[in-house]
Amino acid sequence: MQPVKYKRATSVAEAVSLLQGGGEFARPLAGGTDVIVQARERRRDIDLFVDIKHIPELMAISHDANGVTIGAAVPLHLVYGDAKIVSQWPAVTEAAHVIGGTAIQGRATLGGNLCNSSPAADSIPAMMVLDAVAHIAGPNGKRDVSVREFCTAPGRNVLALGEFVVSISLPKPPAGSGGAWQRFIPRNEMDIAVVNAGVWVQLDGANVTDARFALGAVAPTPIMVPAAAEALIGKPLSDATIAAAGDAAKAAAKPIDDMRGSVKQRKHLAKVLTERTLRHAIERARGQA
Amino acid sequence: MVSTEKPRQYKVVGTRPIRPDGVDKVTGRAAYGADTKAEGMLFGAVLRSPHAHAIIKSIDTSKAEALPGVKAVVTARDFGAHAGGGVVDLGETRGQANYMQDNVLANHKVLYHGHAVAGVAATDQHIAEDALALIDVQYEVLPFVIDVREAMLDTAPILLDDLRTTVRAANSTLPTDKPTNIALHMSLEKGDLEKGMAEADVIVEREFETGMFHQGYIEPQNATAFWNRDGEITVWTSTQGAFSVRDAMAALCKVPVSKIKIVPMEIGGGFGGKLGVYLEPIAALLSRKTGHPVKLWMTREAVFQATGPTSATYMRVKMGAKRDGTFTGAYAYLAYEAGAFPGSPMGAGAQCAFAPYNIPNQTVEGFDVVINGPKTAAYRAPGAPASEFAVEAVVNELAEQLEIDPIELRLRNASKEGTPNTVGQPFPRIGAVEVMDAMKSHPHYASELTGEDVGRGVAVGFWFNGGMESSSSAAVNSDGTVSLILGSTDIGGSRASLAMQLAETLGLTMDDVKPQVVDTDSVGWTHVTGGSRTTFAGGWVAYELGMQIREQMRERAAQIWEVDADKVTYGDDGAIHGPDSKTMSFAELSGQLAATGGRIAVSASLTKNTQGPAYAGHIVDLKVDRDTGKVEILRYTAIQDVGTAIHPSYVEGQIQGGVAQGIGMALNEEYIYDDEGRLRNGSFLDYRMPVANDLPMIDTVLIEVPNPGHPYGVRGVGEVPIVPPMAAIQQAIYDAIGTRFYVTPISPRRILEETMPD
Amino acid sequence: MSNRVKTDRIVITAKINGDERTFLADERDSLLEALRERIGLTGAKEGCNNGNCGACAVLLNGVLVNSCCVMAAEIEGAELTTVEGLAGPEGLHPLQQAFLEEAALQCGICTPGFLMASKALLDENPHPTEHDARFWLAGNLCRCTGYDKIIRAVLKAADQMGSNGR
Ligand SMILES: Cc1cc2nc3c(=O)[nH]c(=O)nc-3n(C[C@H](O)[C@H](O)[C@H](O)COP(=O)(O)OP(=O)(O)OC[C@H]3O[C@@H](n4cnc5c(N)ncnc54)[C@H](O)[C@@H]3O)c2cc1C
Ligand code: FES
Ligand code: FES
Repeated sequence: MQPVKYKRATSVAEAVSLLQGGGEFARPLAGGTDVIVQARERRRDIDLFVDIKHIPELMAISHDANGVTIGAAVPLHLVYGDAKIVSQWPAVTEAAHVIGGTAIQGRATLGGNLCNSSPAADSIPAMMVLDAVAHIAGPNGKRDVSVREFCTAPGRNVLALGEFVVSISLPKPPAGSGGAWQRFIPRNEMDIAVVNAGVWVQLDGANVTDARFALGAVAPTPIMVPAAAEALIGKPLSDATIAAAGDAAKAAAKPIDDMRGSVKQRKHLAKVLTERTLRHAIERARGQA
Repeated sequence: MVSTEKPRQYKVVGTRPIRPDGVDKVTGRAAYGADTKAEGMLFGAVLRSPHAHAIIKSIDTSKAEALPGVKAVVTARDFGAHAGGGVVDLGETRGQANYMQDNVLANHKVLYHGHAVAGVAATDQHIAEDALALIDVQYEVLPFVIDVREAMLDTAPILLDDLRTTVRAANSTLPTDKPTNIALHMSLEKGDLEKGMAEADVIVEREFETGMFHQGYIEPQNATAFWNRDGEITVWTSTQGAFSVRDAMAALCKVPVSKIKIVPMEIGGGFGGKLGVYLEPIAALLSRKTGHPVKLWMTREAVFQATGPTSATYMRVKMGAKRDGTFTGAYAYLAYEAGAFPGSPMGAGAQCAFAPYNIPNQTVEGFDVVINGPKTAAYRAPGAPASEFAVEAVVNELAEQLEIDPIELRLRNASKEGTPNTVGQPFPRIGAVEVMDAMKSHPHYASELTGEDVGRGVAVGFWFNGGMESSSSAAVNSDGTVSLILGSTDIGGSRASLAMQLAETLGLTMDDVKPQVVDTDSVGWTHVTGGSRTTFAGGWVAYELGMQIREQMRERAAQIWEVDADKVTYGDDGAIHGPDSKTMSFAELSGQLAATGGRIAVSASLTKNTQGPAYAGHIVDLKVDRDTGKVEILRYTAIQDVGTAIHPSYVEGQIQGGVAQGIGMALNEEYIYDDEGRLRNGSFLDYRMPVANDLPMIDTVLIEVPNPGHPYGVRGVGEVPIVPPMAAIQQAIYDAIGTRFYVTPISPRRILEETMPD
Repeated sequence: MSNRVKTDRIVITAKINGDERTFLADERDSLLEALRERIGLTGAKEGCNNGNCGACAVLLNGVLVNSCCVMAAEIEGAELTTVEGLAGPEGLHPLQQAFLEEAALQCGICTPGFLMASKALLDENPHPTEHDARFWLAGNLCRCTGYDKIIRAVLKAADQMGSNGR
């Protein structure tokens, strides 16, 4: 482990000032499942951990009429342990449930998954299709950024010096809609996604009135696939329209070859997963799953 | 399920007692190598090469040495003279001392990514790691070669300037006087291959490649060494062979063996990968320089980069059979990479390849080739999984072409007692036929496979099993218990299996025997725990100790009763019987030993060069997801001739563990190198060993065909279960989706890319 | 890489296996390093040091975590259970007993992690199915056993604890 100092923040303001004071080499410490390993393997230059788990807002889950706000440092096991989140935003809890293993989920957070900004991060496509918003605090006060616009490059995001994510909101899904998330990994657990996919659909009978598609691990950041939505919106559901959405996903995927997957494999999986996830989302929209 | 050929009544053998070291291992008290703590101990770290192949132009350690807390830095220079070309016996493998030394710390060249270059000792682990960044090594990067076939080309970069091809093949055309990467070309011939092929009605010939697979033990290599001012060296380490480590240390540090004591700590898995030395000499050199004990352990990444893997191979296998299924001829071409220094397990692979079958005409040709990868180490049935995968896959194809049930085809050709093996020696009593019969009649084989894209595959496997030298001693305690002192390190229950054999011999219970593994100063020379030899050879010694104790107990009872010793018998109930129904229990007599001539202590060293070959037959059902290429194992049955199952639970466990490793090799495990020869996936996240929810329960059937060369009929059980999975799974995937794969692992990516429409 | 800052020795107080302990650690120690090298509790094992194997698993405030992915400084004021704290004065925990009886360990290096993970499982789900147990334990690697006997031991302990009302 490189020399890293540890400081505990107990309020948002304190965290902002510690982060600002620490400069470019200071990092929030949420679950630490990315950042501790990165510091140990000297893969990222880090001087200071600011532990954000003792800030009340960061550890709270609050439900209201508009949806839910999840503190950025709430560990995943509490996210999928919240029955309301599971029933209303299953796409997110599906992802939360398979990030790492049980011991990782005891610590890892949605905030950390988002801010680590890996192209393969599992929860991000799920949050993207659910219109999630990140609430950010920083030296210049607060601002909100859609999760869709959050990541800018592998390991990079919109956060400026001294800024951090306080919480993430998921708006209440309208009736008749459904979301789902899936990934492909070679093992059944403990693997980084070769491709992952989030889908959300709004149905009116057999017609799709709205849809959102997102893919991970097929581009430098998780991406939205508007073309897949266009292939579906306003059309009746059929194998053909589902396949068209899958084809659009495949076309939108611009993956790289790396040790976890090849271009050919990933493009193909983008289609397969999009279609499978879409079918699952449709079942949910119909109240069947 | 246990099926016994000729039931023999044992009291302890065949039961399932709780192992003697169990409680310490479930309470966290058991001391493994990295748990070592010594007064004044320093912490070490090792700097490793970022390049696959480079000349070390210079190493500047001054900045590192200047870091507060750093006590010493060592490089290859600290070995002093270069070790000679003498051979160190590592049990399942051997190593030339000079190569071993160059592997431990690179001399003038680094030969693979992760090759150790320097070691640091500091007062704190963090400081030792910080110091690594301050060591300035200048490299001249050289072209590298990782693929075995490329390494064999004349144009390949040469790794070792002094290496020349050793030829043990009649018709070799390879030069023996030119620099090369081919360390050995050998061939084994029996009968007349051409004639055999001419007699065949059907011939199948296929090419195969298998990857590098790591043993994947969960405990990284470690060593703590103290080089005392009087020149005595003590090393605490997790090793499969305390005595082989001592020999290697002596050769590398140029110290007589009498000055070295190896204390074997609990060992967190080895599978062949912990036979050699890696950190022990570095820790010793650091200790000599600092005067303190120094502890080192490897990062997981270093374990992948610089230890372990088994050889990647390129193979061609050709087999011919008559219409009725009789095998007439067989040829195998086996090229095994050895990593950066010679010594792949190709020879064992060659001898195992056709061992399950009686094939009169056969030739096996083999090559041992160096590449810019980690020096390969033994891995469970070293060499056999690859060559037998190729042969079994060809046998399955022959069965299909001949339209003969694949198990039936194997039965028709099965090796039996007396069948000459590949080197012409007749097999002793073996259980190949029994295993194949059991496969055929197993309900799994008869069951119906249902569902889409599901398939079934079968394959068999063979492994010699080792014997070799073991030593132990035993002492009778006054309360009627017996202390058993073992030279074999225990990697998975051998304390239990050896204590059980002594208890059986003495007619005592398992609780009456207290086994303990001791250091190299405290017991006679003992070969490594490997080659499935420990329960076999160590059991021989335990039996011998038991017989000596029985004899002495008899004599002692005779003295007490004042009768002739030949009037006294030692009963299988563990009691001593004299004339006139005189009888004394073992415990009673033990209590009187001190007062009647002294306590009894015995020792024995035996070399057993007999083999108790093992056969295994596996049946697997699986399902392929055609859209993703993912394979799900639905059902797995492993049938094996285990000789006698001393502790059936641990025999089953060995089989299940071997199967799981074999499944990993077949489906997902692989070494991935980038364009610069750097290992990309040196972590448990990306070197994908099976996790708990990747596997079903693994059913085992223990066939007991006792080994006539052992008092309890023991055959080694640990290695052969890793042999059949690759071929069985390859066949099952073909059965499911109609595509045969000749390259492992058969990963989702490979399946998808092969079967996907463009 | 950075040596811009110097880490300090820090004093940490936490409740470890029921007892309040105060110890000195380096600011950059992981919890695993502190347990093993500063406190002398070597039951938690290092298999990978990056969260992938579960050999270092402990319960932090009752939650299963990999101690290699926790900073020692973070446990100030927390409650920790390690494998050394599993057996009570009345004897082995039913999981420990079941692991012994079912031969669920060979080399035993993974055992502390499996025991802690299994304890967390049974705390949360006293009657797991085989599927539940395999999924929950997927973050714990065992290379020796093929998992079969481990899963059986966990299910057996669950049964016994259920019938004992524990
Ligand atoms: C064994 C293992 C398996 C894994 N498997 C998966 C997997 O299957 N899928 C997956 O997606 N990921 C996986 N990961 C990665 C990791 O667990 C996840 O990304 C996790 O969600 C990170 O959360 P954390 O709280 O631990 O983040 P941390 O490590 O605490 O932080 C991650 C990064 O985000 C920053 N950060 C954290 N919180 C905030 C905040 N509130 N505001 C601003 N910046 C912040 C940190 O400074 C750091 O740069 C795995 C990791 C390990 C070790
Ligand atoms: S050592 Fe912590 S998970 Fe492997
Ligand atoms: S028993 Fe050896 S790793 Fe599990």
